[in-house]
Amino acid sequence: MAAEARIDPMHQFQINPLAGNLDGSPFVFTNSAMWMLIVLALIGLFMLGGMKRQLVPGRWQAMVEGVTGFVHNMLSTSVGPEGKKFVPWVFTVFMFILFANLIGLMPFALAGVHPFTVTSQFTITGILAILSFSIVVITGLWRHKLHFFSLFVPHGTPFVLKLLIVPIELISFLVRPFSLAIRLFVAMIAGHILVEVFANFVVQGLNAGGAAGPAISVVSFLFIMGVMALELLVCAIQAYVFALLTSLYINDAVNLH
Amino acid sequence: MDLASAKMIGAGLAGIGVGAAAIGVGIVFGQFLNSAIRNPAAADGQQGRLFIGFAAAELLGLMAFVVAMMIMFM
Repeated sequence: MAAEARIDPMHQFQINPLAGNLDGSPFVFTNSAMWMLIVLALIGLFMLGGMKRQLVPGRWQAMVEGVTGFVHNMLSTSVGPEGKKFVPWVFTVFMFILFANLIGLMPFALAGVHPFTVTSQFTITGILAILSFSIVVITGLWRHKLHFFSLFVPHGTPFVLKLLIVPIELISFLVRPFSLAIRLFVAMIAGHILVEVFANFVVQGLNAGGAAGPAISVVSFLFIMGVMALELLVCAIQAYVFALLTSLYINDAVNLH
Repeated sequence: MDLASAKMIGAGLAGIGVGAAAIGVGIVFGQFLNSAIRNPAAADGQQGRLFIGFAAAELLGLMAFVVAMMIMFM
């Protein structure tokens, strides 16, 4: 690395066109699109390996059944028996986010390929959140017609309080897609920036030389290892939280309250 | 004080919110552990609620981070 290492932690989130250019054509194949396809291919491999429907499941099938059972369990505890209909969407979202998060952390840079974290883009997480939110709204309106709006009126509230509570409930309902999307993409960006900044400390410490420089590098490197372990946990937790909150919102739409 | 340094100071002040959210997340997990040790049999059933509380506390910290980033880069 050059002696003048400049800290540019945002560089890794840049979207580069791989075919076509960003100004001209409306359809551009970017690195984001490529990594999404890679995520899709990996999920496909993971599922195909486990969908043999053997009576006695092997290791791989047990793994896949564990994930599907996990999502199914989550929906049946939070929504009830009706939740089974929504397993496909929640499972899709859970797997996509989990795989995209984990792919972004993989050390492919050792082979010269820089992984792009798909979920660190607000456009991607925003679309996922909007899809979840529209499923909630459409299900609610479909099942309860206009009665769906009683979601905003808690039972047994005095009239004076209703004037206050209904706007608050309405705002908290409308903010849901934003909170879903922002939580995911910021958690990813923050983790990657943290790792990048400390990786820069390692390089700069070695460049600085002297007695303190290498010592700082070693400490930063150990810190990076800890942060990476934490990030693996965060990847799984964020995917879980997104799926869990989606199923809770679906519960609101299906059962009102 | 010129605008650039005021921006940096503002971003640093916004970063305090991340620390506050750390306290919140610590309270969520600490209280869960506190009650889970008292009644381990009921702990597994409450894990969903644990992560809802964690998500709510964490979101506000991430918001502080977003504000800091927006001040710095926009």
